[in-house]
Amino acid sequence: MSTVAEFSIEHHQFLNEDNELSPSAPPFAKDFTQLIGLYGIMVLTRLFDGKAVNMQRVGKMGTFPSSYGQEAVFAAIGHCMTADDVLCPYYRDYAAMLQRGVKMSEILNYWGGDERGSNYQAGIEDFPLCVPIATQCLHATGVAFAFKHRSEPRVSLATLGDGATSKGDFYEALNLAGDWQLPTVFVVNNNQWAISVPRSIQTGAETLAQKGIAAGMPVVQVDGNDIIAMVHVLNEAMERARSGKGPTLIEAVTFRLCDHTTADDAKRYIPQDEYDEAKLKEPILRLRNYLHSNGQWDENKEKALLDKCKSDVESSVQEYLATPLQAASDLFDYLYEELPESLSEQRQEALEFAQTQGAAHE
Amino acid sequence: MSEITLIEAVDQALAYELANDEDVVLMGEDIGKNGGVFRATEGLSERFPGRVLDTPLAESMIAGAAVGMAAQGLKPVAEIQFMGFIYSAVDQIICHAARLRNRTRGRLTCPLVIRAPFGGGIHAPEHHSESTEALFAHIPGLRVVIPSSPARAYGLLLAAIRDPDPVIFLEPKRIYRMVKQNVPDSGKALPLDQCFILREGSDITLVTWGAMVHETLRVANQLADQGIEAEVIDVATVKPLDMQTILQSIQKTGRCVIIHEAARHCGVGAEIAANLAEKALTSLFAPVQRVTGYDTIMPYFKMEKHYMPSEARIRRAVMDVMEYA
Ligand SMILES: Cc1ncc(C[n+]2csc(CCOP(=O)(O)OP(=O)(O)O)c2C)c(N)n1
Ligand SMILES: [Mg+2]
Repeated sequence: MSTVAEFSIEHHQFLNEDNELSPSAPPFAKDFTQLIGLYGIMVLTRLFDGKAVNMQRVGKMGTFPSSYGQEAVFAAIGHCMTADDVLCPYYRDYAAMLQRGVKMSEILNYWGGDERGSNYQAGIEDFPLCVPIATQCLHATGVAFAFKHRSEPRVSLATLGDGATSKGDFYEALNLAGDWQLPTVFVVNNNQWAISVPRSIQTGAETLAQKGIAAGMPVVQVDGNDIIAMVHVLNEAMERARSGKGPTLIEAVTFRLCDHTTADDAKRYIPQDEYDEAKLKEPILRLRNYLHSNGQWDENKEKALLDKCKSDVESSVQEYLATPLQAASDLFDYLYEELPESLSEQRQEALEFAQTQGAAHE
Repeated sequence: MSEITLIEAVDQALAYELANDEDVVLMGEDIGKNGGVFRATEGLSERFPGRVLDTPLAESMIAGAAVGMAAQGLKPVAEIQFMGFIYSAVDQIICHAARLRNRTRGRLTCPLVIRAPFGGGIHAPEHHSESTEALFAHIPGLRVVIPSSPARAYGLLLAAIRDPDPVIFLEPKRIYRMVKQNVPDSGKALPLDQCFILREGSDITLVTWGAMVHETLRVANQLADQGIEAEVIDVATVKPLDMQTILQSIQKTGRCVIIHEAARHCGVGAEIAANLAEKALTSLFAPVQRVTGYDTIMPYFKMEKHYMPSEARIRRAVMDVMEYA
């Protein structure tokens, strides 16, 4: 018997929940301008999430998945991507999307049941939010192939959840990316739950990161509540991809501190003590404490930030609420570049019934 | 006895069959502790430990593993959380579940059920509202069953589980909690492959299934005030089709409107209309009409009411047929 291959999985954490910075932290840990910017995005995202959930409760929003408690993962992603890169998100990526220029009102429109919410005015090559689990991973490989094919120094990045790592699409995407050495980065937001299914019964593997090893790519596990570690591993992965050295799989360890969506009640299945313990590790408080203890933050700055974020969220909400409904003909007008003649009768019927439609379906 | 909803009737049927047939196992995402996202399996994992399996998140895995279990004589009842997520399982359903009996000339069979909530009208997110029953109805070797009331959900689900071949059991989620009925937990199955005549009438036949049964019945009741007696048929099993019941009705009424929520093109309504053209042309006083979802992507929920066949559209089709010279 001989050993033909050996593997290990690194875990990265620089700033822990007790506000201790590891001596091996990268110089970025002292780049307070950038860190304060990231803090702002995370706070904005939290307020945005909270507002969307509240709107759902009063009937002004559809089913909404919050990113509460997982903001650092997506804040870091938005921070480390360049405008030329392409994001293939799943559905909790708000902190990344906002940095890519997607408007809060667009995200609200998407979950508010309006297709125009995916017609981004910035980040126009990015994919829209993706509900069929893990399917976006394959899109990222195709996008990355196009970059490589045209010799462009660009990177695609796909996000997904822990549950999504059980799907064939995920394994298939990893395999292709490893095989073709594609400039792509996969980021798993391991928030410990896939709706009610805990990570422990999702897979027999010790880590989710190791799933990438079989596909022949560097993998890393990182504390997803530590923005410094998140930025560090992402920068390395993006740089590797951009310089032709192939894909990376990043497992970011977080906790879903919210219901799966507004249609869910996590109290049915998340043990309270587990939740309480996870909450102590949440990313925003951690970064605030760190900035504070480094003399970079105070009550006045916090208040000014909150005021600014609240007013930004509020004006986005107003923009969303003021969005006029589409015409019934819009059901037809984006199906094909040109509407086939055979559909014009149906289109006419939809317009004709537009006024009377729906009493029973409201 | 208390009255129950359609979703409670599903739960009741599953519980009955778990209790009475030890080969039955349930599998799916979030069906254990959480009792399913719609609560179709509420309380079952506690009552039947080891037989209500929370699976990893992968629909092709669920369907493929169910095929293996079924070939071994288990009776897996798999839940696909929403029909919109069934498509990665289609390979296993078409290439294996539907064919196992045929390709082994009966040596191996596939007594599985795949349940999935489907259809629009509950303001759900993208991919949660489509009605694609025709995709499955097209496949030889499958049964496709759609209940429209608590009693039929209970009786048809029992029949589906007991059936020796694969059944796609589609639950119209818009009516999961819309009506309540007294559904005795008798273990009595209803027949598959048969239509149900929900209302008798001699002037026109309205053929429908799933949630649209309710709009159709309401229209039929309004028509009675105008002196038009409509017969309303709930197809219930859309594959294979019980054309006999529909043909008998057409022989009586000579008029037919087919109503379904799914898109029109190659919908099950087209199959029914084609059968009527083949077998009942001389009985018809007017061309058969269809009231269906449009051939568009199911719109997101702000516009879904424009997609759903409304009572107004059904009424207009009925009047067109009644007034046909
Ligand atoms: C293919 C598919 N199956 C099922 C669902 C229903 N569903 C939506 S989210 C979800 C759980 C996803 O968990 P995870 O991947 O861990 O991501 P998280 O929501 O926890 O961020 C499920 C089962 C879906 N959207 N797509
Ligand atoms: Mg998760």
